[in-house]
Amino acid sequence: MSDLLLGAHQPGDTLLHRLPVGAKVLGLAVFSLVVVLIRSPWAAAGFLLVALALTALARVRLRAVARATRAVLLIAAFAGGLQWWWYGPGKAIETLLDLITLSLAAVVLTSTTSVNAMLDAVVRWLRPLRPIGIRPERVALALSLAIGALPATLSIARETRDAARARGLGRSPRAYLSPFVIRMVARSLETGDALHARGLGDLD
Amino acid sequence: MARIELDGAGVVVGLSTATGPGSRTILAPTSATLTEARIGIVGANGSGKSTLARLLNGLVEPTTGTVRVDGLDVGRDAAAVRRRVGFCFTDPSAQLVMPTCVEDVELSLRRHERSARRRRERALEVLAEFGLADHAHDSVHSLSGGQKQMLALAGVLAVQPSVLVADEPTTLLDLANTRRVADRLFALDQQLVLVTHDLDLARRCDRVLVVAESRVVFDGEPGAAVDHYVRSVGDDVPSIGSGG
Repeated sequence: MSDLLLGAHQPGDTLLHRLPVGAKVLGLAVFSLVVVLIRSPWAAAGFLLVALALTALARVRLRAVARATRAVLLIAAFAGGLQWWWYGPGKAIETLLDLITLSLAAVVLTSTTSVNAMLDAVVRWLRPLRPIGIRPERVALALSLAIGALPATLSIARETRDAARARGLGRSPRAYLSPFVIRMVARSLETGDALHARGLGDLD
Repeated sequence: MARIELDGAGVVVGLSTATGPGSRTILAPTSATLTEARIGIVGANGSGKSTLARLLNGLVEPTTGTVRVDGLDVGRDAAAVRRRVGFCFTDPSAQLVMPTCVEDVELSLRRHERSARRRRERALEVLAEFGLADHAHDSVHSLSGGQKQMLALAGVLAVQPSVLVADEPTTLLDLANTRRVADRLFALDQQLVLVTHDLDLARRCDRVLVVAESRVVFDGEPGAAVDHYVRSVGDDVPSIGSGG
């Protein structure tokens, strides 16, 4: 399941590792906007080169790059195919390259920033909102749980599908979806208990 | 050692009144003072032993009576009790919430250490203590069952609680990992409350409570407690291959 993570943190001492979290998040947001707003296949190729350069600068492991691009390639190929049909090859190539560029940029952020560093940053950013009832630690914890829940969710989905197949019910949506939802709710309750037991609800 | 006091502590669910229609007793009122270093809880599935364990750190609040840890009420002083009483679950996967091992231990330390650098240092130390130094930056999902349970223990013990409640921590493990985790548990400085189906582990405790049909039916010396439990099971359940 670990291969389903967008990009687990890789410790390092590159310039991108040393940059403050805020600068990286802002940089990613600006870069993503520019990639989406500038419409040209040549510009898309240029942005991909920038993303590749950042990936090299951050010394992201090739395996992580392969995972990120493999995961997005399917979506990119589907979206590119539709664009080709609707608007022609230029648009299709631009869409394909843009999606790969954005996924690489996201991998650079997650590879060079630990989740706890992200949590610290989110807590800092939300602290001014405390007077209006926002509890920064809880929001940050919820965000980190959302990130962490993805591999576990996919693992449960896979187990539930295998269980349905083993009973000869591989084609029955009910045999798959009902236990999947029940197990997800059960896992959520267990996670809630575990957080409670670790005193993480008492952070604020 | 901590002093855990149960004074008529019981749990009834689905009630408007404790004895009203539709109510179900999960644990009958229980009184005991637990001060021993190693306390075992044994009993059949669904007997109420996990509920008893969960009462001790406030995961479940008693609907009757009180539970106190070193004088702190698990309901009123819940946060303080949770700082003293760590809890380890049967399935470590539910307990591991961060992407990598070191980050999961760091999460536990957030309440205790504000400096990110010191948190990282301490987390790496704890992982080394639990034999997981080489896996510090690995995904928690890539660990074996035994390693996951060790990591879950590391996450709980990183904040140095005075009591560890472990709810069947070896049930999902193979023999080698069971021994590894059990040896680690019995080597702790902390007071240990161990819910287990493993009667060999129960025998290693200083005191054992036997839970059956939602009540503590025996409380005493481990050998006698295990004998009582085995006899009670023998009375109710035909052994495999006995026919019929």
